[in-house]
Amino acid sequence: MSISLILEMFPIALMFAAPLVIAALGGLFSERSGIVNIALEGIMMVGAFAGASVTVVLEPLTPLAPWLGLLAGISAGMLFSLLHAFASINLKADQVISGTALNILAGGMTVYLCQILFNQQRTRAFSSGLRKITVPLLEKIPIIGRILFREIYPTFYVAMALVVLTWFVVFKTPFGLRLRSCGEHPQAAASMGINVYAIRYAGVIISGALAGLAGATMVLTQDIQYTVSSVHGAGFIALASLVFGKWNPWGVLGAGLFFGFAQILSYYAKDIKFLASLPQEVFYMLPYVLTIVALVVFAGKSVGPKAAGEIYDQGKR
Amino acid sequence: MASTIDKVARRRKVLVPFVAVALGFILGSIVVLLTGKNPLLMFNAIIRGLTGIDIARGGFNPRHIGELVIQAMPIILTGLSVGFAFRTGLFNIGAEGQLMLGSLAATAVALTVKAPAFIHIPLIMVAGMGAGAAWGAIPGFLKARFNVHEVVVTIMLNYTALHINNWAILNVFKSVDRVKTAEFPASALLKDQWLADLTNGSRLNWGFIPVILAVIAFWFILEKTTFGFSLRAVGFNKDGAKYAGMKVNRNIVMSMVIAGAFAGLAGAIITTGTFSFGRTLSAAEGYGFDGIAVALVGMTQAPGILLAGLLFGVLKSAGPLMQSAGIPREIGGIIQASIVMFVAMKLGIERILDFAKGKLARKTAETTMDDTEEARV
Repeated sequence: MSISLILEMFPIALMFAAPLVIAALGGLFSERSGIVNIALEGIMMVGAFAGASVTVVLEPLTPLAPWLGLLAGISAGMLFSLLHAFASINLKADQVISGTALNILAGGMTVYLCQILFNQQRTRAFSSGLRKITVPLLEKIPIIGRILFREIYPTFYVAMALVVLTWFVVFKTPFGLRLRSCGEHPQAAASMGINVYAIRYAGVIISGALAGLAGATMVLTQDIQYTVSSVHGAGFIALASLVFGKWNPWGVLGAGLFFGFAQILSYYAKDIKFLASLPQEVFYMLPYVLTIVALVVFAGKSVGPKAAGEIYDQGKR
Repeated sequence: MASTIDKVARRRKVLVPFVAVALGFILGSIVVLLTGKNPLLMFNAIIRGLTGIDIARGGFNPRHIGELVIQAMPIILTGLSVGFAFRTGLFNIGAEGQLMLGSLAATAVALTVKAPAFIHIPLIMVAGMGAGAAWGAIPGFLKARFNVHEVVVTIMLNYTALHINNWAILNVFKSVDRVKTAEFPASALLKDQWLADLTNGSRLNWGFIPVILAVIAFWFILEKTTFGFSLRAVGFNKDGAKYAGMKVNRNIVMSMVIAGAFAGLAGAIITTGTFSFGRTLSAAEGYGFDGIAVALVGMTQAPGILLAGLLFGVLKSAGPLMQSAGIPREIGGIIQASIVMFVAMKLGIERILDFAKGKLARKTAETTMDDTEEARV
């Protein structure tokens, strides 16, 4: 495996990593507030559908269409995640079941709307999604310039910025402290006058915004239209990145990059001598198998928010 | 007194899924209305799918009933799979993958073994169950040994199973057109001309017999055996069960093994009943998620799962009928998902029931008061 090959892999790995990182950060907000969000996959589907539809419709009018598509993805994700928030916070639903319901709903709803809007099982194809950019000056830096600043989708920078922002919000602001306390011990948080319901709503809605953005990012960088298999499990891999990254934004970034590389290995396997003889399917299943391996290796050591997934009972001590 | 409270609580528990189903259909109708279509056409399609009778235009076609059974069979089995694990406190989202490997194993036995039908078919069913059970054992073992959450593992195994299936169909069974294997011999098929004729050319086949046996087995294992009791005990309270001397880790693995066997059987039935060849798949077909819906709405009880499987089966089999009436068939999926959501929101439904009951009680109280007042006058 030559150096130039690794350099060549980088931009594409970053393209795959960006939505994983963004969605996993969404999961981080939700789980840190104490609500398990297994619906990341479904929210990403809704975000991807909204992003692709808005891009297709606005494309003839403005060159900013893909960016408006990203905004549409964010809004759609927030709206959709409200359902999860209402069910699991107000109605004390089992969070895994409510999330599963959202995942099933997303598939049916998006394809139904495609039928209504475009008369087919998918959205119409957009002529161009987001465009790759090259950052002037910075691209001149040896090696780093080539892997991080040349022909890169801008969404990767968005993901990086969100990592820093998430770290700051969760660990350096009063809101972050409240968020984490609701995920660790909501009764104690409530005794200090924190409105657990409001904080958890915020956590779930932020996760909806980020997962929606991730879905729109995915379809606008990796696809030409939204289909029911546009997201194909990325939401679940994001969920695993969260566990793998120990509910920490920097860890999530590392895990997201790891899975990004795992996903593109199949494209490059033919150029790598010791991998070329393996069948293609091995590489297709690799990200999923690696996820399981990562979970097993890190299972004992990674400790998530204590109260995540538990139904909030004010009377409990 | 205690028994009355118990009875009321149980009656209400049974009521929740029915209310959820009703709300799901109401929501579905609203969606249809909002998108400018006529919900009555949707209900007509559903009734046609259920009974074969076309109310709007008249006529009866038994083919629709056959197709309903075809759609219901696999999701009843994946419902049993999800439900069985649920009773032990496990959430099996992996029925889809277990089903895929079941159908792969069925393909292998159907193509390589030569035997008369009465040996060949049971052998295929057992192979499907075995493969599904083995695939289910993995998340069970990882949960028991390393405490890895079964939800993420089973989802990852679904994608893994998909690619294993495709690899095997293409490379081991040398699919010529990259879509399907060679046709199975007649001795391997559940299809039957008599059943097809009976239902006006539907795809109905003998697969419903193993399905019924599986429903009975589910009920018998969980309700009538000590083993089933100890599985349920783990589902109720892991620590309590451990304290009582039950082997919690073994039960977790066994529960996933049996759950996997149900899903694997579904794969075998689809492959040798609905189809007559092994297939490559481009994506999951949704049997696993359907199974979750079936198990939850069926309250993880054998009779409930059977009924819920038929309910969601009709939503699927009525799909083409809806499509021809101008309503996208995905409305079935929307109704199904909202029913699951409403079941998850059972606290809300209970509040609605309480409210309705309170109103009713107040009304009766008022009328009795009116009566007495009238009597006084």
